[in-house]
Amino acid sequence: MLNRLQKLLFLLISCQLIFISSEVTAGGKLIGSAGATQVEGSGGGGLVPWATLSGYATRDEMSASAFFSAVSVDDFRMSSYGAAYTYYDRIEVSFTHHDFNSDDKTTALAQNIVGFKVRLFGDLIFTSWPQVAFGAQYKHANNTNAIRALGAKDDHGVDYYLAATKAWLDGPFHRNFVLNTTLRYSKANQLGLQGFGGDKQNGYRGLIEASAGIFITRYWMVGAEYRQKSDQLSAVKEDDWKDVFVSFFPNKKAALSFAFVDLGRIGGKGTQKGAYLSLQLTY
Amino acid sequence: MKIKIYKCLLVGFFVAILGACQSTPTHDDSLYLELGGESGITKIIDIFIYEIGQTEETLHHFEDTDIDRFREKQIEHICTLSGGPCTYTGDEMRPVHQGMNISESGFNAITNAMIRALNTAGVSIGARNRLLAIIAAMREEVIYR
Repeated sequence: MLNRLQKLLFLLISCQLIFISSEVTAGGKLIGSAGATQVEGSGGGGLVPWATLSGYATRDEMSASAFFSAVSVDDFRMSSYGAAYTYYDRIEVSFTHHDFNSDDKTTALAQNIVGFKVRLFGDLIFTSWPQVAFGAQYKHANNTNAIRALGAKDDHGVDYYLAATKAWLDGPFHRNFVLNTTLRYSKANQLGLQGFGGDKQNGYRGLIEASAGIFITRYWMVGAEYRQKSDQLSAVKEDDWKDVFVSFFPNKKAALSFAFVDLGRIGGKGTQKGAYLSLQLTY
Repeated sequence: MKIKIYKCLLVGFFVAILGACQSTPTHDDSLYLELGGESGITKIIDIFIYEIGQTEETLHHFEDTDIDRFREKQIEHICTLSGGPCTYTGDEMRPVHQGMNISESGFNAITNAMIRALNTAGVSIGARNRLLAIIAAMREEVIYR
């Protein structure tokens, strides 16, 4: 039932992406200011959701975006795709699907995520205080039995987060500079792919996430991210995530990100390092 | 003797501080110079006006604009904002935009026209960002008036 609902929502967003009415189409914001789409489908960096909303919609506009990303680390790979719709620079609704596989083909996990984010106050660039947003990500993993076998308590759960993001046009080296801090309240194991709650620990935990980036030119941004993770399963150890990234914003329709990621230990295997690639298209 | 040395050092220290204060320029015209001075800014504004002409969504805001006056005041304004030896004699930002109801998107479209002008004029990224930060600070006086 829920899966059907999620598919319907996805279809709805996709349709809006195509048939969005022309007088409210998107794109009044400055290039690069929309950021990219993070791995769970919310507007942000690569790993971390930001207070920015997907797309370039100003307070008079709406915008739709779609994204695809792939991560390949030592023993695993994950592909994600999704779509997001932003209403009047206030609300973002997103849908994302994750497919996670081990290279030795013994593990295949998947989940769907419905995201919601509301900008509370502030403007990324134009207020002296940061843009602040509250978000929630409802996640539903597919492989209930495998997840329970690991010791997780649930195959679905909700993450809540508060993100503060600020950009300076004239930052260090007279470059555009952006800082983000996100406080997440979560029970998820490995984004939720390994379920929610665990045998070691079972309950919501506050987690810190942060990003910093600098626009070397108008179109190229480099930066780094950090995401704290909870570690609730005794069977499989979970570590904090880190990345360094390069993003390319050739125009307001596309954003391409490439990152080197360090995802720590996953699924009982040693430290997982590798590459992350993400493409976002905005209308 | 020892005390005298300390006194000398102390006096020297304060003189050094005063000297440092005096040598700190009260007037920073580095951005003005980076934009190319009077001729550079004139070139930027000429391209800017051309770029505004290419920006259809905001063209209606300029229907009744006296372009020659607009050009002259823009040059003065950018000169003043960047620390150049000019005095801006144009209208204040808030009253001049009153009743125009310029949207956030419209403001950004004009800002983009300025960005294109700065790029075309060959202004460095650093100088461009410094000027954009100054322009961005005026946004609240311009939009939805």
